[in-house]
Amino acid sequence: MSKILSSLEEKVRDKVQEVKDPEITSVSLIEMGMLDDIEVNGSKATVKLIPTYLGCPALDMMEKDVVKAVSEIDGIDEVDVIFVKDPIWTSDRITPEGREKLKEFGIAPPPLHAHEQGAWEIECPYCGSTRTVLDNMFGPTACRSIFYCNKCKNPFEAIKPV
Amino acid sequence: MVKKYNTPEEAKQDQQYLDTLKELIFQLADDDLLISHRGSEWLGLAPHIEEDVAYSSITQNTMGHAAMLYELLEELGVGKADDLAHLRKPEEYRNARLVERVNGTGDYKENPDYDFGYAIIRNYAYELFKKIRLEALQQSSFVPLADTARKIKREQYYHLYHWEVWIDQLAHSTDEAQKRLNNAIQKTWEDVASLFDLGPKGDQIVEYGLLESGEMLKKKFMDQFKAKMENSGLIWPGEPQPLSETGREGRHSEEFVDALNHLSEVYKMDPQASW
Repeated sequence: MSKILSSLEEKVRDKVQEVKDPEITSVSLIEMGMLDDIEVNGSKATVKLIPTYLGCPALDMMEKDVVKAVSEIDGIDEVDVIFVKDPIWTSDRITPEGREKLKEFGIAPPPLHAHEQGAWEIECPYCGSTRTVLDNMFGPTACRSIFYCNKCKNPFEAIKPV
Repeated sequence: MVKKYNTPEEAKQDQQYLDTLKELIFQLADDDLLISHRGSEWLGLAPHIEEDVAYSSITQNTMGHAAMLYELLEELGVGKADDLAHLRKPEEYRNARLVERVNGTGDYKENPDYDFGYAIIRNYAYELFKKIRLEALQQSSFVPLADTARKIKREQYYHLYHWEVWIDQLAHSTDEAQKRLNNAIQKTWEDVASLFDLGPKGDQIVEYGLLESGEMLKKKFMDQFKAKMENSGLIWPGEPQPLSETGREGRHSEEFVDALNHLSEVYKMDPQASW
């Protein structure tokens, strides 16, 4: 999002920044790269979000959390959350702050190169080693895989590159 | 140069286009709905816990793909997405026969005797076909459908890969594994032609630039499936039998009706409930 925001739109953005991913509670929706646009018309705010995974049950929760947070702003009476089809979410949308916060949560951020070009190298979020192996492409949520670190002997999760 | 339709509103202005588009999206959505229902019946029964996590994750994503497609239909004024998934009559569903077949004998709660070999090959066939169809849909004349296809394809890459890994591992393991995979290929082949059928509006679907022809999809599928079988030392079954009746016209098996009743049982108790 690169447009210039009005002061009320900035307040909306600050509120969206407070909304965290319910399944990764250290990272906000903005840091996940999910915010596409904010528009305020009179007292109605429209927040356009980019859905991560289509089957992700957290999307409904995020929608409710955004409505709740933005409704708290003086001057906003109505909040509309729209999940857009274009652009599509890709794991390189996660911001540098988001990548650091994922590590704090014990989740390795996704590799930055495209996934169709072969094996990915994942750094252990605990010790930083790249001596890691994929244990399961699929993990506890749609967006994560399970890895094992051969150096510090910890299992950990990583955001799948998409 | 085919005409592009950028929004549901634009598509709604052209009744013939709209009817053709709806027919196609029902095929896409119903295929994903039924294959995920069969996947959900495997929950807790997969060969090991890692597979249970993986298969159920794939199933959850695929159900998400179906939901997204039903929402496209909702935007086109066809009805509420949840109602479309649950409340239509069996003859109104447009899925291919392959995706409605049972996983094996027995019920998932009682004496399930499911065939994981069939799960591997059926899912591999479906996901390979789905990839080819998504690639073609990315050029669809209905732009929201092309965007949705691009989105789905990013996730779907992992689904296809998953079933390929099973084939690569098992095809080079034991004689028993080879035999069971070959049997599963034979069984999958009984229905595989149902995938390439674009139904009664097939010609219009192609003319409107919504999707490429069934023959084209079939050719790409056969080339890639054959290469996989040859590299794995599995038996290529050749040209599949033609269809006797087609799910794209709403003709389904009894197994389908059972699956649908089961799938919609809870929703039908109270369609007004908020989930």
